[in-house]
Amino acid sequence: MDSHHSYSQVKGVSTGTTILAVKFNGGVIIGSDSRASMGESYVSSKTINKLIQVHDRIFCCIAGSLADAQAVTKMAKFQLSFHSIQMESPPLVKAAASIMRELCYNNKEELQAGFITAGWDRKKGPQIYVVSLGGMLLSQPFTIGGSGSTYIYGYVDAKFKPDMSLEEAIQFSTNALALAMGRDNVSGGVVHLVVITEAEVKHVVVPGNKLPKFHDE
Amino acid sequence: MSSIGTGYDLSASTFSPDGRVFQVEYAMKAVENSSTAIGIRCKDGVVFGVEKLILSKLYEQGSNKRIFNIDRHVGMAVAGLLADARSLSEVSREEASNFRSNYGHDIPLKHLADRVAMYVHAYTLYSAVRPFGCSFILGSYDEDDGPQLYMVDPSGISYMKEMTCRELVKEVAKIIYIVHDEVKDKAFELELSWVGEVTKGRHELVPKDIKEEAEKYAKESLEEEDDSDEDNM
Repeated sequence: MDSHHSYSQVKGVSTGTTILAVKFNGGVIIGSDSRASMGESYVSSKTINKLIQVHDRIFCCIAGSLADAQAVTKMAKFQLSFHSIQMESPPLVKAAASIMRELCYNNKEELQAGFITAGWDRKKGPQIYVVSLGGMLLSQPFTIGGSGSTYIYGYVDAKFKPDMSLEEAIQFSTNALALAMGRDNVSGGVVHLVVITEAEVKHVVVPGNKLPKFHDE
Repeated sequence: MSSIGTGYDLSASTFSPDGRVFQVEYAMKAVENSSTAIGIRCKDGVVFGVEKLILSKLYEQGSNKRIFNIDRHVGMAVAGLLADARSLSEVSREEASNFRSNYGHDIPLKHLADRVAMYVHAYTLYSAVRPFGCSFILGSYDEDDGPQLYMVDPSGISYMKEMTCRELVKEVAKIIYIVHDEVKDKAFELELSWVGEVTKGRHELVPKDIKEEAEKYAKESLEEEDDSDEDNM
């Protein structure tokens, strides 16, 4: 995975962040922390939402410059809504990710934001796409991003299993985010999770004091 | 038959008193006068057949194609003014390619038909240009949505319209042979293409051996019918 280290050096309000997405049996979970920081030491928001809904069953997690990420997701939401009405059917997750990719690639000089696009569609079921800083598009069974992700590569590589149940996947995501938030000073706050399946979209919030504790806490 | 639209038929931007745009109707005449193009949808694919009139013995076999590939999974068969049809096939190809570039997947056939129909319709609005003098049939096959067939005519309407592909190829050949008018037109070459489960969703010309088998079947059926007509007399 490329350039996650530069996220913590971004000027202005940035989401020093931990974001992740994981496929499970029947759907996909995306999750993030809730801290927005300016520089290394000032927390500008403790409760920011980094999980943006771009369509009924498609979400984006944002990392990098908050302003850039909000601008891109706003544009993508508009384009996707128009596209979906023209097609007379819910959009494919791949289409949403491609729209994000076009925006990131064509404006790579000005933008400094990366995304994880995840959701469910009728054709291929649950899917996860990474759209990186320069506009690369990659499909993966699970993925992590943001400055906090560097601390949990070992954990997710060891603990991920394909076709987990919903409960196992929620446990996996919560643990991963808690571990990252525990070590990365620019990630923190609460854990936001969104569970996307064919039937519904469910938000789960795990407040800071209810997070799983590990050996030295 | 058709009434003469004296004075109201000089440009596409003029309505006649009874609400018709004569230029568009004349464009449809160009299609009526052309040779036949067929598209048939069966349960696992779509087959196209075109009666290509041979205008000169000097033309090589396979030249002057009237069936085009628009994208891997979409084929187009045309009737009417060939030059207009070729230009529209380029337009369709760009539409399909831009869609793939923006959205990352194959263009759904209905959307492609709508987009090209909108383009054709635009040329019926202005006096500076003339309407396209061709109709065309778009067909594709997709694992999830199955076989689909759409037709677009010079006014810019698109509309949708069942054997296996393999058997259908023979029937399409037979129809073209039957429809071919020996007296009015000279020799013709049969152009056949298909898209379906049998080609894994790719639009291709029917392979030579299958095409020859189909033509043989078509010619034999014609002869049988001729014989039976004589008996009845």
